[in-house]
Amino acid sequence: MIEIIELYKSFGTQEVLKGVNLKINDNEVTAIIGRSGGGKSVLLKHIVGLLKPDRGKILVKGEDITKLKGNRLDEIRSDIGVVFQGGALFDSMTVYDNVAFPLREKTKLDRKTIHEAVLTALNDVGLLGMEYKYPAELSGGMKKRVALARALIAKPKIILFDEPTTGLDPILVHSIHKLIRDTQQQYKFTGIIISHEIPEIFEISDKVAVLHDGKIVEVGTPEEIKNSNKIVVKNFILGIENGGTE
Amino acid sequence: MLVFFKFLGEKVFQLLAFLGKISIFLAESIYHALYPPFKFRNLLRQIRFFGNKSIIVVVFTGAFSGMVLALQGFYALNKFGAEALLGPVVALSLIRELGPVLCALMVTGRAGSAVTAEIGIMRITEQIDALTVMAVNPFKYVIVPNILAGIITFPLLTAIFDVVGIYGGYLVSVHALGLSEGTYFAQMELYVDMEDIRIGLYKSLSFGLLVTWICTFMGYNTGYGARGVSRATTNAVVLSSVVILVWDYILGAILL
Repeated sequence: MIEIIELYKSFGTQEVLKGVNLKINDNEVTAIIGRSGGGKSVLLKHIVGLLKPDRGKILVKGEDITKLKGNRLDEIRSDIGVVFQGGALFDSMTVYDNVAFPLREKTKLDRKTIHEAVLTALNDVGLLGMEYKYPAELSGGMKKRVALARALIAKPKIILFDEPTTGLDPILVHSIHKLIRDTQQQYKFTGIIISHEIPEIFEISDKVAVLHDGKIVEVGTPEEIKNSNKIVVKNFILGIENGGTE
Repeated sequence: MLVFFKFLGEKVFQLLAFLGKISIFLAESIYHALYPPFKFRNLLRQIRFFGNKSIIVVVFTGAFSGMVLALQGFYALNKFGAEALLGPVVALSLIRELGPVLCALMVTGRAGSAVTAEIGIMRITEQIDALTVMAVNPFKYVIVPNILAGIITFPLLTAIFDVVGIYGGYLVSVHALGLSEGTYFAQMELYVDMEDIRIGLYKSLSFGLLVTWICTFMGYNTGYGARGVSRATTNAVVLSSVVILVWDYILGAILL
């Protein structure tokens, strides 16, 4: 379980996170939704230790990741995969090398085992045959699939998705969401998805948390969130401007 | 007046913050250069990038620097009837000063700027973050190979620059200005010491470190978007060039 406790973060005078509290259960997909610029990606970067909070804790496997450094932090990170917003693929490497990268760098597996793992991961995301293309030759949807394959190959227990469908057409959004759902059921990872794809995100989430004005204002099942009485949640789901107050 | 002092104070604090940040960056690079795992493959790739791919530009610059030195040196020495010293003038100028400095400036323009842009793009497209979350240290994987490659290749490129420059000077002195071949080389042998070569080597080694340190730092701390990368690249080239010239003077004064 991942537990975020009273997390605060400011950049200069701008307060981004104002006391976030959230529990994320194992082997579930939790979506964190909220308006753009509301601190969702900042929260995600805290979970993986890319940013340090001003105050608060993030317990991953019972350890406060905000206090960890060096090898211990790397050990925790080896159980976490991240699919970045733009894919963050290494543009000087082919699809094959991108996907093989975590195994080549962090394991002592032989070439044949890595080759098989890469082909399996690419097959799982429907990109078999694209091994020798470079990221620049891929469409936006394909890049996200490669990024997912790269995250899956090390079989992490947790995968974080930072707006995995931003910039894609509705058909691709559906296809990426289905892919996340299918791979989650196959690999049994704990998924955290940062998104503002309403209502599509409800279809693949076990739990939804709404981040508004630097705080989690509501957590529940997709049905509970859809039927929420909180004005700020209702307005966000219906796309009404002036998010309102809690 | 108060506004002026406020402005001055802000600039001083900004400079101190920058110096602190770039020093910590170097300290972290040294730490990761000394402790395993080492990324030899990346180091070899960067040696090829800095060294092999800079040879043509270094050869051209070296040849024409030597040629123009011979031309201008002959003009000046002729006034005193000391043309015989043209060989040592060309060789000493190249080995002690122009070789390390011009070579460093050329490699900064060709490879240093590219390194800043590449690391800058890796930063803004979250590739650096991707390395970090995969528990691959970006210093080990990206920064250290570049700095070590600079330290290894700059002296080698400078040696090529010097040799080609001396040969360029020879072509102009002997075949265009009529100086005897024996005079050109015999006088050079007489006046150029190992000490001169050592000074050139120290300079090129230190330039290799300075240029790659500045260029990787600028790329790693690039601003947002395409403009951030372009600004980082410009700043890296300008700062590296200025530092090369200033450090050349300081080192020259110390080693003289």
